[in-house]
Amino acid sequence: MSKIEIKNLDLYYDDLQALKNVNMSIAANRITAFIGPSGCGKSTLIKTLNRMNDLIPGCHITGSVTLDGEDIYGKDLDVNLLRKRVGMVFQKPNPFPMTIYDNIAYGPRTHGVHRKAMLDEIVEKSLQDAAIWGELKDRLLKSALGLSGGQQQRLCIARALAVQPEVLLMDEPTSALDPISTAKIEELALQLKEHYTLVMVTHNMQQALRVSDTTAFFLLGEVVEYSDTEKLFSMPVDKRTEDYITGRFG
Amino acid sequence: MKSARAAGTPILRPGGSRLLNTLRANLLHWKRHPFSALIRLACFLSTCITVFALLDVVADILIKGLPNLKPSLFSLTYTTDNQSLLPSLINTFIITALSLIVAVPLGVGGAIYLSEYAKRNSLLVRAVRLTAETLAGIPSIIYGLFGMMFFVISLNMGLSILAGALTLSLMVLPVILRTTEEALLSVPDGYREGSYSLGAGKLRTVWRIVLPPASPGILAGVVLSIGRIVGETAALLFTAGTLARLPSSLLSSGRTLSVHMYVLAGEGLHIGEAYATAAVLLVFVMLMNGLSGLISRRIIKE
Repeated sequence: MSKIEIKNLDLYYDDLQALKNVNMSIAANRITAFIGPSGCGKSTLIKTLNRMNDLIPGCHITGSVTLDGEDIYGKDLDVNLLRKRVGMVFQKPNPFPMTIYDNIAYGPRTHGVHRKAMLDEIVEKSLQDAAIWGELKDRLLKSALGLSGGQQQRLCIARALAVQPEVLLMDEPTSALDPISTAKIEELALQLKEHYTLVMVTHNMQQALRVSDTTAFFLLGEVVEYSDTEKLFSMPVDKRTEDYITGRFG
Repeated sequence: MKSARAAGTPILRPGGSRLLNTLRANLLHWKRHPFSALIRLACFLSTCITVFALLDVVADILIKGLPNLKPSLFSLTYTTDNQSLLPSLINTFIITALSLIVAVPLGVGGAIYLSEYAKRNSLLVRAVRLTAETLAGIPSIIYGLFGMMFFVISLNMGLSILAGALTLSLMVLPVILRTTEEALLSVPDGYREGSYSLGAGKLRTVWRIVLPPASPGILAGVVLSIGRIVGETAALLFTAGTLARLPSSLLSSGRTLSVHMYVLAGEGLHIGEAYATAAVLLVFVMLMNGLSGLISRRIIKE
């Protein structure tokens, strides 16, 4: 079952074309990885899925992106509600400068949850889902900035989960982290796919191989190859994919 | 090789005092790098001169001012006998408050527009920045002249604390605008992205995510403005006048502490009282700085 459908997507930053005729359908409850060299458009594409590109001046698209059949670039669509359904975790952990509790509660409060008991429940559940409740339960009222990089990133995942998204976008979520934290995040991603649709940009091909079900290989704004991860890494159809995954460039 | 090593590691005597050992190490270092010693000395002297100048001013004012602090200086009505500073002190509070009431919302609001709504580094933003910086550099007497022509005469406010406060609010507006803008721009974009990605709108993002970490910086701008308002004389002479009485309305004339001091010192008859006024002003400014430090520390803690 496909959750997100991308059709004939072109994206421009002013005159520069960053994505060329992208067609892709992203399956629900799977992890989809985007790989490719720097500047190939993978981060750009992930940001079109929750319209974070709207914040970049001069960015415009043609083509369509649908979430459960609904055009996310449609006129009637509420961007804030879209971003509630499609959460995002960034390359650099970006906890807000407030307590751990308030970080998690920020999203639910934004969407109208104010009852203390309800918020307590959401905070606990989100932190548990992000596999960090045990580490943080005794310091919920401490600043989130005092956490280690890996903890901050899992806190950001918990924060994204707190608004009950359907899709979780991860833009190179482990590139700023040490190997142990990376392993924890990868393990977490595998647990999360049971309930969420995950899309992950990664620079690390091993990571894509370890965690993802399907992989898309990008080059110069085009999707060169998009197939099951195992197939893409073992029997790439395109010569360029083969060159990339065997380390001949990139 | 051996001699280079001997020169590189200062010989410290285990039994010697720490001070002597440090001195010995430093001397060895300076012998080889005389220029470094010179720079260090120059920097140290600069610090000494700065601290000494401040202490000298404070001590001078307190020594000459405190003995002249008499209860009669705090009488509610000013007469040529008591030279009371209380009406001026109250006027200072009123003018400061009025100026801030006008300048803070305008300055902070404008800065929020420039940093959060307008396109980054667009022509408008750069034009406003240039204007603000130019305005901040204009001598206060020119603001006074403008205030007199515009508020006092054209708008027919007369010499009044309202005209004075409005003139001063124009004067500190660029300060507040620029410091607030800098404070907002120093908030990492990651915070904004995080907020938007959770489905928060612009207003909520600015109010809940961007403003709190920027508030110590904004407060610093406000304190700087208070300092300029409290210390201002030239712009007020032309706009608020020098009446040493409690104001009956916003349209009556009134002098602030600084103007009061200027008048007393200018007349030359009451230098002692002028010093006493200076002491009160000094304590007032120090209290303001201490208070703002406290507030910003509390904000950071939260």
